Amino acid sequence: MIVDSSKSKLFSSIGQRATFGLACLELKKKYENLMVVTADVSTSAGLDRYKNKFQDNYLDVGIAEQNMIGIATGLSTLGYNVFTTSFAPFQSMRCLEQIKVNQGYMKKKITMVGIASGVVLGTLGYTHCCIEDLSIMKSIPGMTVLSPSDGSEVVKSVFAAAEHDGPVYIRLTGGSNSKVVNTDDYNFKIGLPIELITGSDLIIFATGSILVNCIEAAKEMKNDRGISVSLINVHTLKPINKNYIIDKVKNYKKIITIEEHSLEGGLGSTINQCLIGSMSNNQNILNLGLPDNYSISGEYSYLLEKYSLSKNGIKKKIIDFLNS
Amino acid sequence: MKKNILNHDLKKIRKSLLNNIITAAYSAGASSAHIGGALSMIDIINIIFSKFINLSPVNIKEIDRDYFILSKGHACLAYYSILAEKGFFDKEELKRFEKNDSPLLGHPVLNKKFGIDFSTGSLGIGISIAVGLAIGLKKKKSKNHVYVVLGDGECNEGSVWESFMSASNFKLNNLTVVIDHNKFQQTGSNEEILDTLSLHEKMNSFGFHTIEINGHDLNELETAFRKDPANQPKCIIANTIKGKYLSFAENNNKFHHAILTKTLYDQAVNEIRELE
Repeated sequence: MIVDSSKSKLFSSIGQRATFGLACLELKKKYENLMVVTADVSTSAGLDRYKNKFQDNYLDVGIAEQNMIGIATGLSTLGYNVFTTSFAPFQSMRCLEQIKVNQGYMKKKITMVGIASGVVLGTLGYTHCCIEDLSIMKSIPGMTVLSPSDGSEVVKSVFAAAEHDGPVYIRLTGGSNSKVVNTDDYNFKIGLPIELITGSDLIIFATGSILVNCIEAAKEMKNDRGISVSLINVHTLKPINKNYIIDKVKNYKKIITIEEHSLEGGLGSTINQCLIGSMSNNQNILNLGLPDNYSISGEYSYLLEKYSLSKNGIKKKIIDFLNS
Repeated sequence: MKKNILNHDLKKIRKSLLNNIITAAYSAGASSAHIGGALSMIDIINIIFSKFINLSPVNIKEIDRDYFILSKGHACLAYYSILAEKGFFDKEELKRFEKNDSPLLGHPVLNKKFGIDFSTGSLGIGISIAVGLAIGLKKKKSKNHVYVVLGDGECNEGSVWESFMSASNFKLNNLTVVIDHNKFQQTGSNEEILDTLSLHEKMNSFGFHTIEINGHDLNELETAFRKDPANQPKCIIANTIKGKYLSFAENNNKFHHAILTKTLYDQAVNEIRELE
C-alpha cells in the first residue's frame, strides 16, 4: 500500500487504531488467506468495515484472549495469514503463555496487534494501560516487535508483518488527531531504524507515537536555542541492529532514549544493551520513559507532562542533560 | 475414515503399545516418566489411530487431512508409542526418550518427521488449537476431522472452558473432544484437589453432544467415535483407570510420574505377555 501525504494526514486524524482497520481492508486485497481474529474489540480496533465486508475472513472469539491465540494457531497451521487483536494488556499478557508456546516454541506465524498501548487510556486506570508489552514481547525467542510512530507506519508495519515469516507483535500507541511523523512514502524495513532528523549536539532514539513530541521538541530547540539534535525512529525493538546503533552514536557525547513504556526492558534497555562495552568515557546516556510503578494515572496529556514525555518535558530534559 | 480393523487386532496393537511405553519409560531411567496418564488413554489413542484418523507418514506434510492433538501433553508416552507403531519413526527411537538432544522429550515437541503436529505440555492450550483447526477446516469446506485428548485434571484450567464455549458457538461438528477421565491428577484424586463434579452435565451444558463410556471397552469406544452429531461438537467422556494394564500402577497415583525400575519393568513385561 502506497502511503502519500493526503493518506498520512487521514491516518493521523483517525489515529493508529482506526488506521489498523483501514490497513486490513487493503491487506485483504493482497492476501486472500488473511484472517483477522478479535476478542470482542472490532469497533475499538477500527474493524467494523472489514468485518462487514469480509465475513469469511473475520472471526470474533469473544472476550477470551487465551482461546484467541489457540484458535489463531490452528488457523495459522492451515495456512491462513492470521492477525489477532485486543487491547494491548490483554493481547500481550492475558494469553502470554499461549504466545510463548504457540508463537515462540512452535514459531507459528501470527501477527498480534496490541491496541491503545502506553498510557493513552490513563483515565481508565492501569488495567487498561500497557507499559510492559515491549519488554514482555521482546523476551519471547523469535518474536519480532514493532512499534510504529504514526498511521502511515501502522500501515507499513501491518504489510511488513503479513509478509514476515514468523510471529510479530505490533504495538499501537497514541490517540486520534495526532501529528504526522512520516509525511511521504518511505522505505520501511523490519529491523532498520529511520533517521528522521540529523543534528550534531545530541542523538535521540525514540519509538511509537511519542516521536511526534520528539520532532516538535527538536524543531523548537533548533529555532529557539540553536540546539541541533539527531532523531532516530526505532520502529523495530526486536530484532535490533546493534551495529547500526553503535555506529550512530559514535559522534555524540549525549545519547537519549525516549519511550512511552516502562523503563524496565523497553527501548532504553534495548539501546543500553547494544551500547554495553562500546561507549567511551566521555559519552553519557539518559533513558526517558515511564517509571516502574502503577502509582498515579489520569488524562493522557497529564501523564505525558508528568513523566517528561510531552514536547516541553522532552525539551527540558534534553537541555538539562546537555548542561549536565 | 473408518478402517476395517477387528477388536482382535486392536488388542494385539494394545499389547505392542504397552511394550513401547515400558521400553521408553525404562530407558528414561532416573529422569522418570508420566506412566499413569499414558496408560489410561492407551485404548483411546489406539482406536483413534488404528480405526478413525486420516493421518499417516504419507500425508503428515499435507495441510488438508485429519489432525490429532494431545492436549494432555504429559501423556506423550501413549502418543509416541502409537506414532512408532504406525511407522512415523523407528521404534528404536523410543529408547532415546528424555535423553539429551532427543526429539522425544517428556512433552511432545512439534516435529513433522516424527508425526507430531504441535508442542504441548502446558495444560489447557492444545484444546484451543483444536478449535482453531476445526474452524479453519470448516471455512475451507474440508471434510476432515480434528481429534483432541484432554485430561480430567487439565479441565481445572480456565482456558479449557473458553475453548469448549467457542466449540459449540462455532458449531464444530468436525471436532471430537475426548476427556480421559481417570479421576486423578498430579498430587491426588480430582475429588481431593478440585472436584469437577459431573463433567457429563458440564459438557452438555456447554453445547456438546456428550457420550460417556468405559474408556477401555473397545466396542463402546468405537460406537462413541462413530456418532456423528449434525450441528454440534462431540465430547467423549472416557471413564478410564490411571495406570491401566499394569497391576502395580492401576489407580496408584505414585505412577503419575515415576521411575520404572528393572524389577517393575520385568513384572510389566510378564503382565503384558499374559494379556488377552
